Amino acid sequence: MNTQLDALPESSGGSLAIARTEIPALRHMYWALRRELWENRAIYVAPLAVAAVILFGSLISTIGLPHRMRALSALDPARQRHAVASHYDLAAALLMGTFLIVSVFYCIEALQRERRDRSILFWKSLPVSDLTTVAAKASIPFVVLPLLTCAITFVTQFIVLLVSSAVLAASGLSVATYWAQVSLFQASLLLLYHVMTVHVLWCAPIYGWLLLVSAWARRAAFLWAVLPPLAIGALEKLLFNTAHFAAFLEQFLTGSGTEALMAPDTLPMDPTTHVTPGRFLSTPGLWLGLAITAAFLAAAVRLRRYREPI
Amino acid sequence: MSCIEACGLRKAFGSTIAVDGIDLRVEEGRILGLIGPNGAGKTTALNAIVGLTPYQGELRVLGRDPWRERDPLMRDVCFIADVAVLPRWLRVSQALDYVEGVHPRFDRAKAEGFLAKTTIGRNSKVRELSKGMVVQLHLALVMAIDARLLVLDEPTLGLDILYRKQFYDSLLTDYFDRSRTIIVTTHQVEEIQDVLTDLMFINRGRIVLNCSMEEFESRYLEVIVNPESLAAARALKPMHERQVFGRSILLFDRVDRQQLATLGDVRTPSIADLFVAVMSSQAGARQGVAQ
Repeated sequence: MNTQLDALPESSGGSLAIARTEIPALRHMYWALRRELWENRAIYVAPLAVAAVILFGSLISTIGLPHRMRALSALDPARQRHAVASHYDLAAALLMGTFLIVSVFYCIEALQRERRDRSILFWKSLPVSDLTTVAAKASIPFVVLPLLTCAITFVTQFIVLLVSSAVLAASGLSVATYWAQVSLFQASLLLLYHVMTVHVLWCAPIYGWLLLVSAWARRAAFLWAVLPPLAIGALEKLLFNTAHFAAFLEQFLTGSGTEALMAPDTLPMDPTTHVTPGRFLSTPGLWLGLAITAAFLAAAVRLRRYREPI
Repeated sequence: MSCIEACGLRKAFGSTIAVDGIDLRVEEGRILGLIGPNGAGKTTALNAIVGLTPYQGELRVLGRDPWRERDPLMRDVCFIADVAVLPRWLRVSQALDYVEGVHPRFDRAKAEGFLAKTTIGRNSKVRELSKGMVVQLHLALVMAIDARLLVLDEPTLGLDILYRKQFYDSLLTDYFDRSRTIIVTTHQVEEIQDVLTDLMFINRGRIVLNCSMEEFESRYLEVIVNPESLAAARALKPMHERQVFGRSILLFDRVDRQQLATLGDVRTPSIADLFVAVMSSQAGARQGVAQ
């Protein structure tokens, strides 16, 4: 049957034979990702907007910087560093918060919107497989958003650092001390590590769940994502008067990825943080979570493939 | 090899039977018009052909099972499943980029050529286009794809008559060649009469008429009967009778043309007239059963 199929186009003209060339899977993936970025401009607009606000605020506050630095010089070095770095940490925390919000809202819409606006009938008329489409959508919270946010955070902080340095130099204060206190490069690497372990790998089941609900729910995907866990918790409480499920969820959400690093402070960007990737990677919970994520995503692919599109 | 082969194709949604055992064979290089009233099962049948819905029975499209082998099939099959399915946020240039990026058989120059005949701006978003322009854009994309089977479900819905005419003209002159197959459903039956090579009527999930256009033209004749010959004409058992401006027009199936010419003016009926005749005789048969 196949040989017959392949032989046919050649007999029916050159244009068909030339067009027979396959398009590599990677190129499909690239265009599927481009589509996501066209459709969801919030992926880059939201962090850029937050970065702009941070830059604006930071630049205004540099006016008082020389004065603050002189006042700080009376304190001991650790507290000096803390005071200087806290400004940068706040910027990073704001951008990370943006990343999390955008991720959640992206995932909950990702596979529902194309069904709601019926455009799935257009996408499915093109030779892009459901696996490619779901993989492209999943790569937004797992790869694109965290890397993009880290990059934007770094650039934002770097601009603030440069401007602050210029202001300090103009006032005759030591720029080298300031750079050492900020230790931007080290802090950025720690941030990247923190994001990829805690917010991406550890939280992967959350994104997987949201994508699955998005592929399944006809409407009100957000409610469907939130209500079942609540219902399970409530049922458990009513039937057995226990709260294991709620405790499990709470532990999962709050103690998320504490195995990845040991931070003395609440923020992971502190230079005294010890990264412990070995311990993180040997946590059974991590691998269990990733396996569950894979199952959620596989179910999402199946739903998009085998369900009536509308 | 046939382009589409179906045997006992059946599809039910709960207790509603949308497609009720269709046998179908469409050869390569045909243009098949699938005509039926609303809810006849046209769209369901087409969705089965393009692998959007599971079904019972046998179905092969270009030698493949459309449900199980959908991904490879989509390289050779193109379809417009419904009107207004282009996402509203999409820019025209993005649509061209995307289809060019993912479809190995998309000819961008051709699509640009089609668009050049319209007033659609490259930078416009779909939401900024009129309904007719969205259809034109979708058709431009689809017609630039060198597919072996093109499935069009109500492709010209929402277009005015000039665009509809233009669409079928360019479908014939710029798109169709003998190696391609086209299936089209529409309610604007008259406009595709000269376009089709094959005709199929479908009602309540069943095929009620299936013939080539040559057969259609030789089989069915319509006579504007002279008043004095009316009784004689009725004796020949017309399929359908209607009154226009006080004259009776009778539609005959397989009655000799010479014989009919003695009764009045003989002409080939329009698809629409035949459709009405077939559908009302179906309704009559059903009522007969009910009584």
